[in-house]
Amino acid sequence: MDPGRFFASSKVLIVAGKGGVGKTTLAATCATAVARLGLSVLLVEVGGRSAAAPMLGVDAIGYEPVRARADLNGGIGIRARSVTPDEALIEWLRFHGFERMVERMVRSGLLEVIAASTPGIKDLLVLGRIRNLEQTESADVIIVDAPASGQALGLLRAPVSITAIAQGGTIHRQARAARDMLSDARRCRVMLVTVASETPVSELIETAFAIEDEVDVALTPVVVNATLGALRGLDADISSAAAAAASLTAAEVADLRTAAGLRSDLWTRQQAQLARLGRRLPLEQIRLPHLFGADLDPNSIDLLADSLLAGIESLPESVLL
Amino acid sequence: MTSLARLVEQRRVLVCCGTGGVGKTTVAAALGVGAAVAGRRAVVVTIDPAKRLADAIGITELGNEPRVVFRPDTSKGVLAAMMLDTKTTFDGVVNRFAGSAEQAETVIANPFYRNISTTLSGIQDYMAVEKLLDLHDSGCWDLIVVDTPPSRDALAFLEAPRLLTRLLDNSVYRMVTAPSRGVLRILNAAARTVLGQLSRVVGSAVVNDAVAFFRGFDGMESGFRDRADRALALLGGETTSFVLVASARVDTIDEAGYFVARVTAAGFAIDAVVVNRVQPPTRLSHASAVRLAERLAGSELAGPARALVDLTAVGADEGSRLAALAELGGDAVVVTVPQLPGEVSDLAGLETVAGHLFTLTA
Repeated sequence: MDPGRFFASSKVLIVAGKGGVGKTTLAATCATAVARLGLSVLLVEVGGRSAAAPMLGVDAIGYEPVRARADLNGGIGIRARSVTPDEALIEWLRFHGFERMVERMVRSGLLEVIAASTPGIKDLLVLGRIRNLEQTESADVIIVDAPASGQALGLLRAPVSITAIAQGGTIHRQARAARDMLSDARRCRVMLVTVASETPVSELIETAFAIEDEVDVALTPVVVNATLGALRGLDADISSAAAAAASLTAAEVADLRTAAGLRSDLWTRQQAQLARLGRRLPLEQIRLPHLFGADLDPNSIDLLADSLLAGIESLPESVLL
Repeated sequence: MTSLARLVEQRRVLVCCGTGGVGKTTVAAALGVGAAVAGRRAVVVTIDPAKRLADAIGITELGNEPRVVFRPDTSKGVLAAMMLDTKTTFDGVVNRFAGSAEQAETVIANPFYRNISTTLSGIQDYMAVEKLLDLHDSGCWDLIVVDTPPSRDALAFLEAPRLLTRLLDNSVYRMVTAPSRGVLRILNAAARTVLGQLSRVVGSAVVNDAVAFFRGFDGMESGFRDRADRALALLGGETTSFVLVASARVDTIDEAGYFVARVTAAGFAIDAVVVNRVQPPTRLSHASAVRLAERLAGSELAGPARALVDLTAVGADEGSRLAALAELGGDAVVVTVPQLPGEVSDLAGLETVAGHLFTLTA
């Protein structure tokens, strides 16, 4: 499938997954790949931890968009900004005519009560802010780095749960609007990410089915981070003739044996998890390579973007149906 | 500086904290195994363990009460485990402080309560602390190991005991409950205005449920407040230690640094740092491994040589990160657990991890 078509198929792409599986890395990789395709891109970090900053080569990512990677897309590069629930709430109240009350609401603790009385409201406000960006932003693609898995599901679930809880009021209308965006595959898709080990794969499968059951949103192929390539000869008998022929020292023999054993074990386990993921989840997989000992800087992200683009190219055209 | 062995022998509470995906549950369970072997009655409170680990320590289904999962042959110790059920635990607390069975029922049946008891942000942490206090007060256990929920905010667990009282300190709560306490049993004008605004935003059904909840809560407040104070005293006391679990990956080390800073700034002490899944040491440096791989290119040992290059690339980085973690932990003991072959999925696996946690500590 043509990567340009892949990324242009919806304006918003939400990258979601359990903590520690490289969700932010993938979001930065997607943004880099999109910019390399000559499309304008906005990367949105939910929560404002600036985790993607080193991957884009900037100091921090804040509320005001920053421009990164000016070497890409004829100087347009990547724009990145954050969205936090609190900022979204205050902005939303202002927009809905509560302008003069905002300060009083914050001071009196009313905001906290609103948040507590309607679980998911903060998630909804973040989603509402993303929808607002979708409507007003000139960028071709908006990549969203969602909060960690339980919360990613919370983020996607929020419109449904809130339309059930708040049957009236402005928040109900807001939830309906967010739901419309999520359920329209031409506007929004979700890209799930994991690594090839037991718990993350189980969680990914669970999340994917939960999203399918509860939220009407289109899923892209899943991305598996940090996969190992196959190496030949890991089971070779290192102590014997080969070692003698290569005149290896005792230290070299010991290290080669350790490395081969660990790698072979890890590779076997990864293959088992990749196979399980394929069996249990009827979605295509895009595999990104494990980068050994590399800092997550723009150079590493460029390598991952190469793999991502190659992975998308080898997908069948039918994945976006 | 103290060893992990001493911590599991002497403390009453160990709180395992850290970000998700670093093997926190496994470390918590292995600490429990170590305590049982040392002859203590230990219980591990987990939140949502990986299914295979749950099987290994004997939790096949959600149980909110401890079940014995391991009795070592060599000591009188016991390891029990339980998986936290947030709603059941919260219901238990309401039952404890309600003035009557009717009051408890009213609160528990309230839709607003149902919402906050399952989905309020931080509620898992709050109930984990609640369960901890409960187990502590029961007197049945020498050591309670808590596997904290993965959270966005490093301090969610320490702020958890105050979650509900913060809500109750709210001026809106004061407003809506005041009339039912005073002579005037109708809402005063200010409260009506505020609730009117709230209704415009979230709809009147939500507001009515919330008012009913807060009114139903009347009289239970001080019980919750005392309990929050006791929980914080227990967490901050001499008998509790925080164990930070991290991995040697660059992103989790950054997170760990942030975590240590916040926890110590809040006045709590981290006594141990466990760095999980560390690559085994190699005798060759990365540069020598690269040269070896060049020498072996095209031979049948090219594969193993490539694996060694990758391994040493990671190892070189890990060394400096471990040093950074040790620095960060201050007086905390830093213990490393190597990357083990296979996933830890049974008691034997936990014993192996425990072996690294205790005996291999310098």
